Amino acid sequence: MPRTSPSGRVVALIGLAALVLTGCATATPAASTPTPSASAAALDGDITVFAAASLKATFTELAASFEAENPGTTVALNFAGSSDLVTQIIEGAPADVFASADTKNMTKLTDESLAAGDPVDFATNVLEIAVPPGNPAGIVDFADLASPDVKLVVCAPEVPCGSATATVAAAADLTLTPVSEESSVTDVLGKVTSGEADAGLVYVTDVTAAGDAVEGIDFAESAEAVNTYPIVALKDSASADVAQAFVDYITGGAGADVLQTAGFGAP
Amino acid sequence: MRPVSGSYSGVPRWVIALAAVGAAFVLLPLAAMVLRVNWAEFVPLVTSESSVAALLLSLRTSLAATALCVVFGVPMALVLARTDFWGQKILRSLVLLPLVLPPVVGGIALLYTFGRRGLLGQTFGLLGIEIAFSTTAVVIAQTFVALPFLVLSLEGALRTVGTRYEAIGATLGASPTTVLRRITLPLVLPAVLSGAVLSFARALGEFGATLTFAGSLQGTTRTLPLEIYLQRETDPDTAVALSLLLVVVAIVIVTLAHRTGAPFRRTTGADS
Repeated sequence: MPRTSPSGRVVALIGLAALVLTGCATATPAASTPTPSASAAALDGDITVFAAASLKATFTELAASFEAENPGTTVALNFAGSSDLVTQIIEGAPADVFASADTKNMTKLTDESLAAGDPVDFATNVLEIAVPPGNPAGIVDFADLASPDVKLVVCAPEVPCGSATATVAAAADLTLTPVSEESSVTDVLGKVTSGEADAGLVYVTDVTAAGDAVEGIDFAESAEAVNTYPIVALKDSASADVAQAFVDYITGGAGADVLQTAGFGAP
Repeated sequence: MRPVSGSYSGVPRWVIALAAVGAAFVLLPLAAMVLRVNWAEFVPLVTSESSVAALLLSLRTSLAATALCVVFGVPMALVLARTDFWGQKILRSLVLLPLVLPPVVGGIALLYTFGRRGLLGQTFGLLGIEIAFSTTAVVIAQTFVALPFLVLSLEGALRTVGTRYEAIGATLGASPTTVLRRITLPLVLPAVLSGAVLSFARALGEFGATLTFAGSLQGTTRTLPLEIYLQRETDPDTAVALSLLLVVVAIVIVTLAHRTGAPFRRTTGADS
């Protein structure tokens, strides 16, 4: 590219570096804010919470109200697939609390003796059929999904929502022939909201969160695969009291209210 | 400042030191990955049914995408390098956009173009062609991200070679097509080849646009990168083994690209 001036590239690089730096700066506000030392009983410290992607809306809300109730604390949130998060924690990522979307990934953490105590179950989630607005394929119940004319998208059996799908299909004695097996619920939902798929199997909470973009269809067989969400404070936390207080907050009344509004079930 | 085999190569020591840090930055993660490979299980892991299906699909779709890149990329490079028209600079920037776009964005754009409810998707639907969730969708996504690599490298080569021989050919009475076939293309053939190899490599590594646009089903749309992404959830050993396989294929391709690119550099005098 002879037309590109070298100075233009330098400017672009500096811009990129600035972006990276400011990105880091916002991620760790604690570095510049001196924490006021209140009375000995008041909570004081910063924690990082690693939470399953499906908890994004609820945990963002709960972290804000937790911070409001405990002015000395800040809660940084990191959302991703549970297996990604647990891998990052085992590889040494600085987390203080871990909230998993399934017990399997939580077990990986406790097997490595990284948890500060026993994980507490705080929510449950079941599958629901998501269809594009107007339900173009006319899906009524779970059995309709097995029709060859229906473009069905599900999670791959390797991920939690996919193993739940397999369990439910086996319980209903139904053979599903999906056109795609996605790696995450978000990807399944994306294929439904864009209208590419006629139906997708996602969690109830995903349908609630998607609002008008999809329609949800409950089905009785979903009770065969109930996903349980455990949470735990981590052993190596520098602010162990804040981490435990946050866990208690999620498992307490305030947490239950927000979670159930979002469609989660009680554990 | 000491001449090496006739060409100047006085690189200051501090530049070499920084280059070494840069090289370590690229090589260390690769080494770290190799160290994690479960060698005892390596062969069974990469020869499992799903792994082989993913590898074959990746090779097949990448080859198809490379063919499309050559068919459309060579004319694009020619137009960009040899013609002059209003808005050409803007057009070049736009054509090269997939280079800098996050692949997911590319996937979303493709979805709104070729998807069921997309710009062209409805027309295709009327013709009975369904692109969504098909291998065609994978090839489209790969072509989209790989095309700029061929256009970019070929356009640079065309400009370096210049138009002298072409002008002479034209004055001797050759038609534009004859000039293209007998002079231009033979001159830049090495650049076409290395551009094609680069496009193939980019297509092979394509992940984001495929995931967003094509879906993921074994043997149909689940290419090697998507298989790695999925296996990482439950079976890190398979993910690492397949990653290594992809790295090896990529190294072979990059080496190949250097080989095919070498004659080109020699003709322009830039090679030592």
